[in-house]
Amino acid sequence: MKVSEEKLYNKQGYRLHILPSNKYKTITIVAKLKSPLKREGITERALLPHVLQKATNNHPNIRSLQSAFENLYGTALSSDGSKKGENHVISFRMEVVNEAYLNDSEPILEEAFKLFHEVLFDPKTEGDGFDPEIVSREKQTLEQKITSIKDDKMSYANVRLMDNMCAGEAYSLHVHGYQDDLSSITPKTLHDYYQSMIQNDLLDVYVIGDIDEAQIEQMTDQYFSRSNSSNDDNDQVAEVKEVTESKEIVEREEVNQGKLHIGYRTYTKFGDDDYYALQIFNGIFGGFPSSKLFMNVREKHSLAYYAASRFESHKGLLLVFSGVDPKDYDQAKTIILEQMEAMKNGDFTEDQVNETKEQVINQLQETMDNANGLIEVLYHQMISGAEMPAGDLMENIRKVTKEDVVKMANKIKLDTIYFLTSLEGGE
Amino acid sequence: MEELVYQQLNETVYKETLDNGLQVFLLSKPEMAKTFGIFTTNYGSIDQTFTPIGQDEQVTVPEGIAHFLEHKLFEKEDRDVFQDFTKLGASANAFTSFTKTAYLFSATSHIEKNVETLLDFVQDPYFSEESVEKEKGIIAQEIRMYDDQPDWRSFFGTIQSMYHQHPVKVDIAGTVDSIQEITKDDLYTCYETFYHPSNMTLFVAGNIDPDEMMTLIRDNQTAKEFPEAPVINRSYPDEPVEVSEKHQSITMPVTTAKAMVGVKENVKELTGKELLRAELLSEMILDFYFSRSGAFYEELYRNDLIDDSFSFETELDRQFGFTILGGDTRKPDEMTKRVKEMLHELKDASISEEDFTRMKRKKIGQFMRALNSLEFIANQFTHYDTLGGDLFDVLPVIESLTTKDADEYLKHWIKEEAISVFQVKPQDA
Repeated sequence: MKVSEEKLYNKQGYRLHILPSNKYKTITIVAKLKSPLKREGITERALLPHVLQKATNNHPNIRSLQSAFENLYGTALSSDGSKKGENHVISFRMEVVNEAYLNDSEPILEEAFKLFHEVLFDPKTEGDGFDPEIVSREKQTLEQKITSIKDDKMSYANVRLMDNMCAGEAYSLHVHGYQDDLSSITPKTLHDYYQSMIQNDLLDVYVIGDIDEAQIEQMTDQYFSRSNSSNDDNDQVAEVKEVTESKEIVEREEVNQGKLHIGYRTYTKFGDDDYYALQIFNGIFGGFPSSKLFMNVREKHSLAYYAASRFESHKGLLLVFSGVDPKDYDQAKTIILEQMEAMKNGDFTEDQVNETKEQVINQLQETMDNANGLIEVLYHQMISGAEMPAGDLMENIRKVTKEDVVKMANKIKLDTIYFLTSLEGGE
Repeated sequence: MEELVYQQLNETVYKETLDNGLQVFLLSKPEMAKTFGIFTTNYGSIDQTFTPIGQDEQVTVPEGIAHFLEHKLFEKEDRDVFQDFTKLGASANAFTSFTKTAYLFSATSHIEKNVETLLDFVQDPYFSEESVEKEKGIIAQEIRMYDDQPDWRSFFGTIQSMYHQHPVKVDIAGTVDSIQEITKDDLYTCYETFYHPSNMTLFVAGNIDPDEMMTLIRDNQTAKEFPEAPVINRSYPDEPVEVSEKHQSITMPVTTAKAMVGVKENVKELTGKELLRAELLSEMILDFYFSRSGAFYEELYRNDLIDDSFSFETELDRQFGFTILGGDTRKPDEMTKRVKEMLHELKDASISEEDFTRMKRKKIGQFMRALNSLEFIANQFTHYDTLGGDLFDVLPVIESLTTKDADEYLKHWIKEEAISVFQVKPQDA
C-alpha cells in the first residue's frame, strides 16, 4: 500500500511529508497550518486565505501574481480554512505540471516553490500592516460570504443544526467567521494575527508526485523553514458532551423543499478501537445507496431524492440529512428514527456487514488514488496520533463483526432534530 | 483492437467498434488502485422529438423523460441494481445531460464482474406502471431541490433567456407537471430507439489489462441479440441566431443577487475538431480578460461588481452552444451593463504574443492537471468522440493556435443580438 511509503522528516519549523508516486502528471504541494479552534481569531483566520492569495511584496497586485502562476503552466494555488474537530486548519494547495510532460526546459517546479513561499511568508505589506485596499476589499468579500450562507439551504440547515446542537462548544464556531468582528479588523491587526499564526501554528508540508526526493528536500528547506517555530503538536481534544435530553427545532424560511437534518453523538473518534465499527455502522445506516436511509426514505416511500448520513471523526458526531416535502416531515422523521432503532436491534445481516466492509475499503482505496485525498487521510491520522499503514487500516475494517456494529449503534445518542421548512408548511 | 498512441502524454487508448456497433475505448493505468467505467448513450434531454424505431411518424415525448429513464434503468423486477454493485464493492451512479445519458461505476476489486454488471443492467430494461408511478415522487423532490438553488436557477434561467424554442431550454429533469405524463410505454419507446449499441460508447479506464478486458466486453456483447442498427431520425425546431429575451430577472429569497450574461453561440456548421478548437479559443480569451489575471476582472472586482464566485464557461455541443459569465453581485444592473460593454470592446481588441503564450501555457497546464482524473479522461474522451473529435487533440490544437487566430475570433465573436442578461434578485430589493 502506498501509504506506508510516506517519508516523514522533522525539519526546522515544519514537518515534511514526501510521497513519491507515479500516478500523476503533476506534483502537488500542500502546506497546512493548525491551531486550536477559538472564537477569538476565527474571523481573522477566515479572512487571511483571501488576503494572502491576492498579492506579495514581489508581485504587488492580483494581476501580476496570477500572471506569474499562469506562466508556470497554469500552476494553481488555492487556500481555505476548515475545522478538524476543535482545531482550525488553513490549507494551501498548489499543483504544478511535472516538467517531464512539457516541451520546455525552464525550471517550473523551483519557480513555483518560490511563489508559494512569497504567498505564505512575504505577503504584500504597507507600513506595519497589509495593503489597506486589499484588506478592505476582502472584508467585503468575506462579509458577503457570511451573509449568503443562507442562500444555500443545505449548508444553512447544517450550520443551524450545529448552532443548536453544539451551542457553547468550540465546534459550533462558524468557519467563515462573524460579521460583527469585521469592523474592528484593520490592516495592522490582521497582520499582527498573521505574524503570530505564521510563527506559532503547527506547519505540515506534503509533496506528492513523480519527484526527485533530494531535490524536493532541498527546496522545502529553502522555502518552508521557520527559525523560531516548534514542531510540537498543539492538538486540541474536542469536548465530549453527554446528552441528557434530545431537542427538536423547526425553523421557517421561504423554501420549496424542507431540509431535515438530525445530529447524533457517537462518542467515538478516529484512533479509537471501535472507530472501524463506526465506519461499518455508517455504511449500513446511511453511507451508501444500499443503506437503510436510502432504501427506506427514498426507494420504499418516495419521500426524498437524497437521504444519507456521514460522521465527523474528530468531534464524534453522526449527521443525517434529507430533503423532503414540508408536509412529509413527520413521516420522514419517523422512518429515519426507526432505521436507527433497527440498527440498535441488530436488524441487518452478516452479508450486509461484509458488503459494507468492501464498500468502505473501496472508498478508502479510491480516496488514496487522489493526491489531495491521500494527503487528507495521512494528515487526519497524523494529528489524531493514530498513524497506521493502509494495510492495517483495511485489516481492522475487515475484523469488524455484526456484534461490534450493534454495540456501536447502542453507543450512539440522538441529540438534535432540526427541520428547515416553508413558511406555511406543516410540521 | 486499434491502438491510439499519444506520445507526449505517455498515454495509449485501445479502440474497437464491435459488430453490433458499440464503440469501446480502454485506457490502462496499472499504477492506480481504481478502475472507472462509463457507458454512455448519445441521447439526452434535447432529444424530445424523433421517429421511434420501427415507426414512420415522429413523436414528441414528455419533458424530462431521458432523465426519468436514467433513474428507472436501475430498478429491475426483483432488485435494485445499486445492490449488485454494492455486493461487488463498487459505487455506481448515472447522470443525464442535454445530449447524453451515462451510467458509471468505480471500483478497486471485481473489475470484470463490475463491467459485466454495467453492460447487463443498461441492456436489460424492466419498466412497470407501478415503479414508474413510484419514481415520480422521488424525481419531484429532486426538481424541488434544484428549485431552491439560486445558482442552478440563474444558470438555467440564462439558457432559457437565450433560446426561443430549442429543447435545450427545457430543464433536464423536466417539471413536476411534465413528469406526471410519463408512462411505461414512453420509456420503452425511448429506450428502444436510443439505447441500441450503435448509439453507445463504453469507456473503461484504470487498473485493467486491455486485451483481457476487450475480450470480456466482446464476449458479453456477442452473447446478446440486437436488431439491425437503426438510423435515428431526430428533429429540432429552427432556432434563430438572436436570443429570445435580452433581459430577464426573477426574485428569490436570496441575500445576495446573482447576475449572468449569456452569449448564444452559433455551432451549426462546426465539426468535432472545429468545436474543440472554438471551445479552447473561447476559453483562452475569456481567461485572458476575465480570470483573476485579467484586466476586466480587476476592474469589476475593484469596483465591487463581482466577487470570488465570478466564473465563466463555454459549452459547445451538437445543436447548441453558449458562453455564460457571472456570479454573485451587490450591483446586478451595473454588473451586467459593464460586462456587456466589455464583451463589445473585444471586437477591436488584440492579444500580444507574450500574453497569448501565457494563456496557452495556462491551458496546457489545466489540461495536464485534469488528466490526473480517470473520470475526466473517460467522460471527455467519450464526449469529443461522439462529436467526431479527439480529446487528446487538445494539446496539439493549443500548440497550433496563434495570436492571429485569437484576433480573428475576437473580431467575429460578439454580436449584440446574441447576448442576454439574467438576474436573480433578493425579494425586498
